[in-house]
Amino acid sequence: MAILAGCAGHAGPSSPTPKSGPDGADAQWSALRPQYPSTYQRHPNAPVFIRNATVMTAVGPEIAGASILFRDGKVVAVGKDLVAPADATVIDGTGKFVTPGIIDDHSHLGVYAAPGTWAESDGNEATNPVTPNVWAEQSFWPQDPQIPLAIAGGVTVIEALPGSANLIGGRSATLRLIPARTVQAMKFPDAPYGLKMACGENPKRVYQNRGPSTRMGNMAGDRAAFIEAEQYRARWDKWLKDRVGDPPARDLGLETLAEVLRGNIQVQNHCYRADEMAQMIDLSKEFGFKIRSFHHVVEGYKIADLLAKNGIAASVWADWWGFKMEAYDGIPENAALLTTAGVRTVIHSDSEDGIQRLNQAAAEALYAGQQAGIPITRLDAIRWITANPAWVLRIEQQTGTLEAGKDADVVLWSGDPFSVYSKADKVWNDGWLVFDRNDPSHQYQTDFNLGQAAPGVGQ
Amino acid sequence: MSADRRMGGRAVGVILSAALLVVLSVAPATAQVVAITGGTVYPVSGPKIENGTVLLRDGKIIGVGAGIAIPAGATRIDATGKWVTPGLFHGFSDYGLTGVQSVDETREGSERGDVNPAFDVAEGINPAAVTIPIARMQGITTALVVPSDNMIAGQGVVIDLAGGTVEDMVATDHAAMVIALGVEAKDAGGGSRAGVLARFRQLFQDAVEYQRRKADYDQNRMQALSAPAAELAALAPVLAGKEPVIAQANRKSDIESALRLAREFHLKLLIRGGVEAWMVAPALAQAGVPVLVQNLTDVPHFDGLNARLDNATLLAQAGVKVILAQNDDSRDRDLRFAAGNAVRNGMSWDQALRAVTLSPAEALGVNDRWGSLDAGKSADVVVWSGDPFEFSSRAEHVFIRGVDMPLKSRMTELLDRYRTLPPKYF
Repeated sequence: MAILAGCAGHAGPSSPTPKSGPDGADAQWSALRPQYPSTYQRHPNAPVFIRNATVMTAVGPEIAGASILFRDGKVVAVGKDLVAPADATVIDGTGKFVTPGIIDDHSHLGVYAAPGTWAESDGNEATNPVTPNVWAEQSFWPQDPQIPLAIAGGVTVIEALPGSANLIGGRSATLRLIPARTVQAMKFPDAPYGLKMACGENPKRVYQNRGPSTRMGNMAGDRAAFIEAEQYRARWDKWLKDRVGDPPARDLGLETLAEVLRGNIQVQNHCYRADEMAQMIDLSKEFGFKIRSFHHVVEGYKIADLLAKNGIAASVWADWWGFKMEAYDGIPENAALLTTAGVRTVIHSDSEDGIQRLNQAAAEALYAGQQAGIPITRLDAIRWITANPAWVLRIEQQTGTLEAGKDADVVLWSGDPFSVYSKADKVWNDGWLVFDRNDPSHQYQTDFNLGQAAPGVGQ
Repeated sequence: MSADRRMGGRAVGVILSAALLVVLSVAPATAQVVAITGGTVYPVSGPKIENGTVLLRDGKIIGVGAGIAIPAGATRIDATGKWVTPGLFHGFSDYGLTGVQSVDETREGSERGDVNPAFDVAEGINPAAVTIPIARMQGITTALVVPSDNMIAGQGVVIDLAGGTVEDMVATDHAAMVIALGVEAKDAGGGSRAGVLARFRQLFQDAVEYQRRKADYDQNRMQALSAPAAELAALAPVLAGKEPVIAQANRKSDIESALRLAREFHLKLLIRGGVEAWMVAPALAQAGVPVLVQNLTDVPHFDGLNARLDNATLLAQAGVKVILAQNDDSRDRDLRFAAGNAVRNGMSWDQALRAVTLSPAEALGVNDRWGSLDAGKSADVVVWSGDPFEFSSRAEHVFIRGVDMPLKSRMTELLDRYRTLPPKYF
């Protein structure tokens, strides 16, 4: 049976090629129709040529005195001996650095939007510990005033995730950070969904009166959900193959879990403690699904070998620790130790503040590693916030590095992005100049700030 | 403000005897001289000194300059190519008061009730708190430790980040009274900011009245007051303009309310938070009110819609004394990077260094002892591998009261154990 790879268009059970077109027999069943598709359209732009910059491609060594050309939303060339085409906007990069757009694989922008009142608190469907039926994109507010602040930090793509109150928190969304009226217009085309899951203190605290109230209760809740999902998947797969009678009853949560079991959706797993990650790895093997990345992974350095062996990424903070017991053993060398052990490592934000300075977080982790004698390179560090999160989001074929043919997600920095003093001067998202520090006509405010914030605020 | 080690006459010793599980005590001061030589010295109180020397003895700085004589037998620290600064001063911290934020067993910073002026955090400080050596490794040597929450949270103390007992650490008790005017205080005002202000006025008037008529109060010849006598008595140094008041206020109108209150009651005011302080910078400068800024805050909330990253810069440019006092999930050890970000957002490097050293010391009236490299001040000195605000630099020596502190923490122990996998537990 052919399984559709992408999930952006098809939310439901992966179907073989429909037996008839959209007006045919399948169209009467909602599960088989395209659902909430991306309406993203690339903004038309003149080609851009940045000359004489230090280009950090995130695939190889930095190239000093290099140029980059991008056109029609794609990187055309990167190198030392390029000539600017006549129709290109030429930008002098002398003394400046160029990197891929930053990707944050752990964000709650839009789902926990500013100004942070109850009304914008849409990140945790904390009414049931198992809610695979909810989708973060359906909480996402494109007018969150935090969005332009993150763009000014060089971020081009985020994974917007449900919160971590629930064992199974719902689907994540991979979004381009651009001005938009709808979340559909921000959805990264053909990016697969992820499923947010959470271990540890949060679920057992939130549900302590109804359960789960223990870590073993957390595991039991996860297992029960996937046991049910196995049956659901089997029913649907049989019907999709045989097409005998009406399809089985549709269950939104089980539909998502079945997609996880089919491998079309992979798991993004909030998990701090080393021993709990080992439990979750066993759980994923029990049911045959794939954990794409552990998130937070404060104790990742204790089991870096286990994560490497299982091919699971680690999305970590540079410097957060000690705010709760499961974060008590955080150390600044975590990212460096994970990386040298062979784990695909990501520096994530999980923060409306941190997302604005992910380059600084990468720098902090880079130098913490080097100062401890761990052989971490600048290339490793730039990959923590570009190529590696692109892999976690399964969009690494499209973005995350500066190579010919990749999307033109590009940041021009005022200096070395690993210096505390550097700023993103210009940010291009798929070739569209969405931020220019020196040109107010390329800075925007979301609606919320209009008419109530003083000039200069939010820019 | 006293800069002594008074402990307010309470039974400190009894409490301390149980608290000394981990003693990282500062060795008794000796006559041994330490000479930090060859570095670029940033005294903060004056211009930088190339190839400078800093001399320490008996826990004090005894000399700073270029080409000064080094006594025979001095312990030399070669700082050639290094940067030498005063120890950093965190102007608003919970070091020692909070171990793990979500764990009540380790939290000592907040007393129940809205109005707790008599609450003094000193005896809640745990000298063995794991946050302390971690902050110290980032060059932080001195801190104002504050109570949290509530309309009047209580009184903070200035500590240095060394010592095995509270008596050894707490250098200035009753260093500041912490109050709140914005959204965090609304409940105490019956749900309204105006109610908060009215309650402050009533409390302050009652405190004045109590001071004036103690004898009448003792003989029950006064009408009921709005707080117990002990709480009103604790406000006396504040209303005498001796003990600073740190008012948490972010919205422009809240800052203006704080200024109004300070005028009415002659308070020695500091603003903390001050998200919209840049909009009232001239008034703050004119009133001589310092601002403790969280300079990485730019997300709008209804308590401060006009948040911007260059708030501290705009305040400094207007002549306001700015203190950078970032609180974050690094457990506040990233103070030097917050200062770097202030420079990134327009502040001069010298201003930023001052904002994490001398300015907090001055604002709290303890600059006789801390904040700059000057003879007579406490020998709290950091030798950095490079620019202290850069991620690529690290603190190589941290002296507190002249003692070269070990740069070890629970974090370095964990690193040592797990650097090579599997770990060796024996």
